[in-house]
Amino acid sequence: MAILVDKNTRLITQGITGKAGLFHTLRCHEYGTNVVGGVNPKKAGSSIEGFPVFGNVKEAVTKTAANTTMIFVPAPYAADAIIEAADAGIKLIVAITEGIPVRDMLNVHQYLKKSDSILIGPNCPGITTADVAKVGIAPGFIHKKGKIGIVSRSGTLTYEAVHQTTLTGLGQSTAVGIGGDPIHGLNHIDVIKMFNDDPETEGIVLIGEIGGSDEEEAAEFIKSNVQKPVSAFIAGSSAPKGKRMGHAGAIISGSKGTAESKIKALQDAGVMVALTAADIGHQMCLALRERTGKCHCNNAEDCRY
Amino acid sequence: MKLLEYQSKALLRKAGLPVPDSIHVRKAGDVREALSKVSFTEGVVKAQAFTGGRGKAGGIKRYSTPEEATKFTSEIIGMQLVTHQTGPEGVSVHSVLLEKAGNALHEFYLAILLDRAKVSPLIMISPDGGVDIEEVAEKTPDRILRLYPEFGKSLSEDLKTKAADFLGLDNTLKEQLGDILQKLYNVYLKYDATLIEINPLAITDENKLELLDCKFDIDDNAVYRQKETGGDPDAEKNEAEIEASKFGMSYISLDGNIGCMVNGAGLAMATMDSIKHNGGEPANFLDVGGSATEEAVTKAFEIISSDSKVECILVNIFGGIMKCDTIANGIVAAVKSSGLKLPLVVRLEGTNVDIGKKIIDQSGLNIISANNLDDAARKSVSVTQK
Repeated sequence: MAILVDKNTRLITQGITGKAGLFHTLRCHEYGTNVVGGVNPKKAGSSIEGFPVFGNVKEAVTKTAANTTMIFVPAPYAADAIIEAADAGIKLIVAITEGIPVRDMLNVHQYLKKSDSILIGPNCPGITTADVAKVGIAPGFIHKKGKIGIVSRSGTLTYEAVHQTTLTGLGQSTAVGIGGDPIHGLNHIDVIKMFNDDPETEGIVLIGEIGGSDEEEAAEFIKSNVQKPVSAFIAGSSAPKGKRMGHAGAIISGSKGTAESKIKALQDAGVMVALTAADIGHQMCLALRERTGKCHCNNAEDCRY
Repeated sequence: MKLLEYQSKALLRKAGLPVPDSIHVRKAGDVREALSKVSFTEGVVKAQAFTGGRGKAGGIKRYSTPEEATKFTSEIIGMQLVTHQTGPEGVSVHSVLLEKAGNALHEFYLAILLDRAKVSPLIMISPDGGVDIEEVAEKTPDRILRLYPEFGKSLSEDLKTKAADFLGLDNTLKEQLGDILQKLYNVYLKYDATLIEINPLAITDENKLELLDCKFDIDDNAVYRQKETGGDPDAEKNEAEIEASKFGMSYISLDGNIGCMVNGAGLAMATMDSIKHNGGEPANFLDVGGSATEEAVTKAFEIISSDSKVECILVNIFGGIMKCDTIANGIVAAVKSSGLKLPLVVRLEGTNVDIGKKIIDQSGLNIISANNLDDAARKSVSVTQK
């Protein structure tokens, strides 16, 4: 089971001939993902590292039955690449590209309303279903097959959460990086719904950051719909107002989007919130124990909780 | 990227929006000649700076003769403008706008911004202009109207009517408002704005609507295609921040004494949070990016240690694609070549972490190793408190 990517994933890379595109295509392939080709209009008909290169997504879908794409196309053209993938009937579009203008993403958002395609990102690390398949740029080896679903707005904090749940022995069902841009595909709430319905997922880790109201909306949903234990971490409690902290979406404007309001909303929904990022794994352990009455981590014998 | 008032107003004027006559001046000696080119005699000297509340801080002065205008201009250019929106250090003023003074009978508020939750531009209107809109939103939220344009279309008559009715406008002004809304919305889309705030939108004594002040933010991701706006993407950055961006790093100086070097924006914020959580203060936000080279790491050390407040440097790297041994080599080389004397706390995790730690331990350098992010923060704080 798990969510979004699995053994049925048939992946193409838009921008496969670029340095980053090729590098990560190879890493995904090594991890076990079924990579069926790539797209570059200028190099159609050729092949790279054994992967066929197609002129457009439609052709790639026709010839390979691809159902998932990973986008490395440069920012000025990335929105068109997303729309092209949706047009070609690709089910899952994972946009890694960073720096796509908001106006372009408004167009994409409108376009996808009329389509069945699911967008993850942009500006995200992608999705990994532990030991099965990986679509994106996450380091594969930190994952361990297990029971925790992870959803995160930040790349390296996704890795931090994966690493810590691996160390505790809980492992992951699927880890999803939804990206740090103000307008993106799936939100926290969408992914939490999927984890809630996934029998393989027994606990959920939510990693948020300052800016926007995704986390507050997720908290509302969790409060009334999610029985599985949830732990969370919100980055940016020390960030000054009005400064963009790296991610385009991570900015506190006025009194909106503060870490404080997000943490409060999550705690009100019964979510265990880690106060530092080093505590994410243990908070998940604690949340699971509170809900199930027993300790599930590696150190059950002398679990420090 | 933010635009200054004179840059914003040039775009508004070009789009046919009613803004007062004005002329932009960079030095007091140019005032007389500038005023000879315009039709008005009495006006205001307005400091060009990225802050609201300029009037109260002495950044806006009314003049009635060219002599007065020159005098105020020489006073305002070069001043540090300290307002409720700036820190105590204020912002420096490099130029002024000389603008025709008018009589506002009433002041409204109008803004177009991005509503992230609704994934749409949002038009915000209030009859209470000229004041802080956050205060209006808090105290009298029913005095603010929110309107959502239909995607990809011109503004509907219905939307324009709702806006005019909310402000209680007569038919003449209603028509003017409709025109202003449409043109401003076009400007918003054309220039990749994320915020245009008109405060105030005034009714003049000639019963005309006029856009008196303007705040204009452009999407940082779209700056590459908005060069004609005249905005300077580096205008609000200090030297170190500009230098960092040349190496693909994102750096923001803060007030504390613990310098940070981290890969990833979220992890960089989380590192700052941990420092604060453990009783310390971060000196900066620094995201070295996903594929930092040895050159970039060296540059990062240079930038962090050029801040005289820094008493300790914390390096926190989760090596995924970047391998920990590569990073460790980079750190050792950078410390040796820069002759860094400050205490250094390093936390490495991820690919080849054991080799990385060994390189650090065997370097003979005075580097404090940390096991996790929190441990690193604690050690940094304790070093600075000795």
